[in-house]
Amino acid sequence: MTKNLVNEYRRRFLAGLGLMVGATLLPELSNTQAADVTARPENEPASSHKRWGMLIDVKRLTDGGAAMVAACQHEHGWGHDPQASAEQQAQWMRVVKVTDKQTLHSFSLPVMCQHCEKPPCVDVCPTGASMKRADGIVYVNKHTCIGCRYCMMACPYKARSFVHEPLKDQKPHSPRGIGTVESCNLCVHRIDKGQLPACVEAAPHAVIFGDLQDPDSRISQALKASGGTQIRADLGLNPQVYYLNI
Amino acid sequence: MSNKAIVYSEVQQSGWGYYGVLMAGMALVGLGLIAFFYLEHTGHYVTGMNNQIVWGLPHVFAIFLIVAASGILNIGSIGTVFNNKAYQPLGRLSGLLAISCLIGGLMVLVLDLGRPDRLIIAMTHYNFKSIFAWNIILYNGFLALVGLYVWAMMDHKIQYLYKPVGFAAFFWRLVLTAGTGSIFGFLVAREAYDSAIFAPLFILISFALGLALFILISYVLFTGAQRVLSKDLLKRKRYLLALFMGAVLFFEAIFHITALYAAEHSHFEQFILSGASGYSLWFWLGHIVLGSIVPLCLLLLPWWREQVSSLLGAAALVVMGSFIQLYVIIIGGQAYPLTLFPNATVESSFFDGVIHTYTPTVWELMLGVGGVGVTLVMIMIGVKVLRFLPVSLATAASGDIE
Repeated sequence: MTKNLVNEYRRRFLAGLGLMVGATLLPELSNTQAADVTARPENEPASSHKRWGMLIDVKRLTDGGAAMVAACQHEHGWGHDPQASAEQQAQWMRVVKVTDKQTLHSFSLPVMCQHCEKPPCVDVCPTGASMKRADGIVYVNKHTCIGCRYCMMACPYKARSFVHEPLKDQKPHSPRGIGTVESCNLCVHRIDKGQLPACVEAAPHAVIFGDLQDPDSRISQALKASGGTQIRADLGLNPQVYYLNI
Repeated sequence: MSNKAIVYSEVQQSGWGYYGVLMAGMALVGLGLIAFFYLEHTGHYVTGMNNQIVWGLPHVFAIFLIVAASGILNIGSIGTVFNNKAYQPLGRLSGLLAISCLIGGLMVLVLDLGRPDRLIIAMTHYNFKSIFAWNIILYNGFLALVGLYVWAMMDHKIQYLYKPVGFAAFFWRLVLTAGTGSIFGFLVAREAYDSAIFAPLFILISFALGLALFILISYVLFTGAQRVLSKDLLKRKRYLLALFMGAVLFFEAIFHITALYAAEHSHFEQFILSGASGYSLWFWLGHIVLGSIVPLCLLLLPWWREQVSSLLGAAALVVMGSFIQLYVIIIGGQAYPLTLFPNATVESSFFDGVIHTYTPTVWELMLGVGGVGVTLVMIMIGVKVLRFLPVSLATAASGDIE
């Protein structure tokens, strides 16, 4: 009994010490708050005066983003379609382990739809189902997707999945339909209510979410101070997901 | 129109030969429909396609038939646009085959959609930045133009439309095949594609494939209907086929050499060309050796080139080689993983960084051959009910064959 109390004391002490160190070293990435997002009034369309983006500090993600992936999976209910093979399972977000061929330096990061400013998936979609909202969120209109999968061919980030079977018990806020394509929608249903995306909430110490159009937003300030790297920036698509320390 | 003297008639044969082919075509259509309803009911999990190889065997069949459709129309265009009188009697048949192939190909493409029930959306919601949307317009326009073209050849009352519509159809078919090639050319993300050369390459594949298919189908139809083919015309087609094949090989070589030269594409080229994958075997043995070199030998070497069987054999090999070429382009191109981080290896639960595998199931094969069946049935019914086939193409100048 006494031994257990000592262990608990040690854990609390070390956790407190860790928090202090973290808060001192990287203040710009701490204190993720829902204040970064303001709710959209129901009678107003999405505004082009906003541009939602995300900055992920890979060094602070001790699990490589696994908790973010789990949160996404829980929020949207993908990843355990009963009939689909492993290759056919949807994956809106996954942890990618990257190893430099020369130095063998290795790190892991979460990869999902990068919400490009010039999204190839939107360009190629014949019906306009693959769309970019005025505030920069790229997603699929489930009502007009015909399931041609051309957007999956066009996406450089392999961010899209096709639903290979009829599904039951879907999340009411995130319907998934057989024969249509789906991907990270930046938790548009949460953003509109003034909440953070589920993955951001799962890694508050490592991710800043906010309005890239607002120069005073925390994400704009953090990008100004620390910079940020876009995956495959060479393609000129200007993704709105930035990474630190990759 | 100079083919006034040519007499056309419906196919008179009603024996086992005709109905056997028709029934075979219908059986294929039946297989395609069974596959469609099964996929519609269960979803695509019963296919070999997945989230890595998103387009599979049905797409190979569909693009094969669509590319063939535009190429087959060349026979008519040579007569109309280039005023080659020897080809003019084949214009009607060329139109019929083009429409039949296109509808067969489109059927496969549409029935493989995740939501084929939403086809009306594809017809009413257009994203004009999408080459796919443009292709929908191009396919419909092709059907309308070629339909009118055939009509102008058959009905003297609108004979004045023959030339202008023939020109329009020729222009349209070039744009259509450029559009089909651009489906791949516009994919900036994939090392295998992202090249403007896909537009002209597909046009040339259509030239060779369309001509080869026309040679085979017209031979079967003429001999089956006991009508006379012109030896002189077969000889011309032999040289034309060799020329088109040479052009395909030239563009293919330019494509691969350019890609090899560019460091960012060289890994993919090694994957396709160097034997590191099964696709290399398909490419070299199926497309280059059996689909190109052997038929070129059959067409050009002096001890074979005079024989009709050599021409037919070469045409059959070109058809097979073109199918394999499209398989390597479509499936092989997707099998190679996307580059997320140049100069780094990547791994994930979503198969990043690994060569993707694809094994088509019988459902995909059934859907694909269903499209071939539609083409076959349309041709057989077309020649039976309308005057597509000339009674004879015999000319005094050449010792013609039956």
